[in-house]
Amino acid sequence: MSAVKKTLVVEQLKRGQMNELLAKGKRLDGRGLLEARELKVFSNVIEKAEGSARVMLGNTEVIAGVKVSLGTPFPDTPDKGLLVVSAEVLPLASPYAEPGPPDESTIELARVTDRGVRESGMIDVGKLVLREGKWVYAVFVDVSILNVDGNLFDAVSAATVAALLTTNVPKYEMKEGEEPKKTEEKIRLPIQTIPLAVTMARIGDYLVLDPTAEEEAVMDARITFVTDDRGNICAGQKGLSGSLSVDQITLAASTAKLKGEQVRAIVKQGAGYVQ
Amino acid sequence: MGKAGGDSAALINEQGLRLDGRRIDELRPIRIEVGILRNADGSAYIQFGKNKIMAAVYGPKEVHPKHSALPDKSVLRCRYHMSPFSTEERKNPAPSRREIEISKVIREALEPALMLEDYPRTAIDVFVEVLQSDGGSRCAGISAASVALADAGINMRDLVSACAAGKVAGQIVMDVDDTEDKEGQADLPIAIMPMSSQVTLLQLDGQLNDEEFHKAFNFALDGCRRVYQLQREALIGKYFGNNGGNSDGGL
Repeated sequence: MSAVKKTLVVEQLKRGQMNELLAKGKRLDGRGLLEARELKVFSNVIEKAEGSARVMLGNTEVIAGVKVSLGTPFPDTPDKGLLVVSAEVLPLASPYAEPGPPDESTIELARVTDRGVRESGMIDVGKLVLREGKWVYAVFVDVSILNVDGNLFDAVSAATVAALLTTNVPKYEMKEGEEPKKTEEKIRLPIQTIPLAVTMARIGDYLVLDPTAEEEAVMDARITFVTDDRGNICAGQKGLSGSLSVDQITLAASTAKLKGEQVRAIVKQGAGYVQ
Repeated sequence: MGKAGGDSAALINEQGLRLDGRRIDELRPIRIEVGILRNADGSAYIQFGKNKIMAAVYGPKEVHPKHSALPDKSVLRCRYHMSPFSTEERKNPAPSRREIEISKVIREALEPALMLEDYPRTAIDVFVEVLQSDGGSRCAGISAASVALADAGINMRDLVSACAAGKVAGQIVMDVDDTEDKEGQADLPIAIMPMSSQVTLLQLDGQLNDEEFHKAFNFALDGCRRVYQLQREALIGKYFGNNGGNSDGGL
C-alpha cells in the first residue's frame, strides 16, 4: 500500500498551526526549515547478505540487504553487470500499509533510488562482467521499510548506498568452456562515487527539509535531488500534484548539494568506508 | 546411541558436541527485545541463533473488507514473510506456498492464547518479518509474535512459546539450526502455552520411531519452557525494569 496515507484528518487539522509556525521559521517538532532529523547508519546487520545496512532517520526506519548472484546480461548491454534496487513498505511499518505487491508510490521510491545509484555511476557495472554476453554479477538491493515517519526517499537512499558500500562479492574462477566456479575469496564492489538523496517538501509557501509523516500528509509538493561526491546532481524527482517555483527548485538543488555532504559523511562512517 | 556414518557424522563430534559447539540439549543464544517499532501497537524483536525476526501487532482495529468481521470475536490475521536478503540465495519477495502455510500455522498457534471474544467485530493483525533466517524461524517468529501481542495489550490467557527438536546424525537434539535441518533426519517444531502445557503447534517432517518421538517431544517442550522464561524477562524488563525497550540499532 501507499507509504503515506494522503488524508490524515488530524494532520489536516494541524495545518493551520503548521503554517503559523512556518512563518516564524519553525516546525511542529521544533526543527528549523532546513534542519534534518538525526540520521543513524548501522552496517553489516544481516550476515547472510553480501552487504546490509539499517538506517534510522528520526522515527523512519529501513533496512537494506544486498544479494549477489550470477546472471545473464541484457542482450543490449552484454558488457555490463546487473543492478536492481527494489523497495517494499512492510505491513509492520505503518497502520496504513497493507500486504501485497508494491503500489505506485513504493515503485516510484525504488526507481528514484535506483536512478540515483545507476546514473551517478556509483557501481562500475562494466567491471561486473565475468564473460561478456554470458556471465555477469547480478546485484540485488532490497530495501524493507520497517517504520514509516516521512521522507522514505532519503532513508532508502542512505540505506541502499551504505549497504552497497559494505558489499563483498564472491570471486569466480573462470575456465574456458566451463561455468564460472565460486571461490571463497571475496572482492569489494567497484565503487566510483557515493550518491545520496536529499528531499524537501513544499507546504504552502515554504520549503522544509526532511519532512515527517505529519508534514507529508499536508505537503503540496515534494522535490528530491541526488548528488554525488564530485559535485554533480545525478537524479531528481518532483512528486505530488502541487507545483514548485523556479526559485524553490534552485533552493532545493543547492540544499541537496550542501546537506548531501553531511549525509555522505554519516553514511561513510556508518558503513566503515575508506576510499 | 548409534553413531551415524558418512557425512552426517560430522554434525555431532566425538565429545557429543554439535557443529556450533552446542550440547544435544542446548538452545542457541536467544535475545528478545520488546517495543522496537514506533508505529505498531505492539512489537518485538527476537534473535534466535542467526535468526533475526521482527514481529508487529496492529489492532484490535476495524475490519476490511467488512463482511469478514465476526459478530462474537476478533479476526486474527497473520503474515509470515521472509525478506529477500534473509537467505543464502535471494528470495523472491512475493509470498511462497511455504510462507502461506507457515502464516496459517502461526495464526493457529497464537489463537488459543488470545481472548479474541473480548474484541468482537474487529481484526488483529500480526506481522512476522524474517530479516535473517537460520532454521526454526517459525518457532522464533511465534515466540516473538506472542511477546508483541502482550506488548500490544491484547487480553491473553498465556504467552505462546515455541521451540523445535530434531534428529541429527542419529541422535535426538534440541533446537535444530539451518545446517542440521538440511542434513538431519527429522524436525519437530512445537509451540505451547506454558502455564497450561497445552500444545498449539506441532509439525513433524522426517522419521522418528516411538522412543525417538517421545524424546524429541520432551526436548522440544523443555526448549519451549526455556524460551518462556526469556519472553517473561523481556516483558518484565520493558514494563517493570529500567530498560525502556527501544533498541539501539544493533541487530
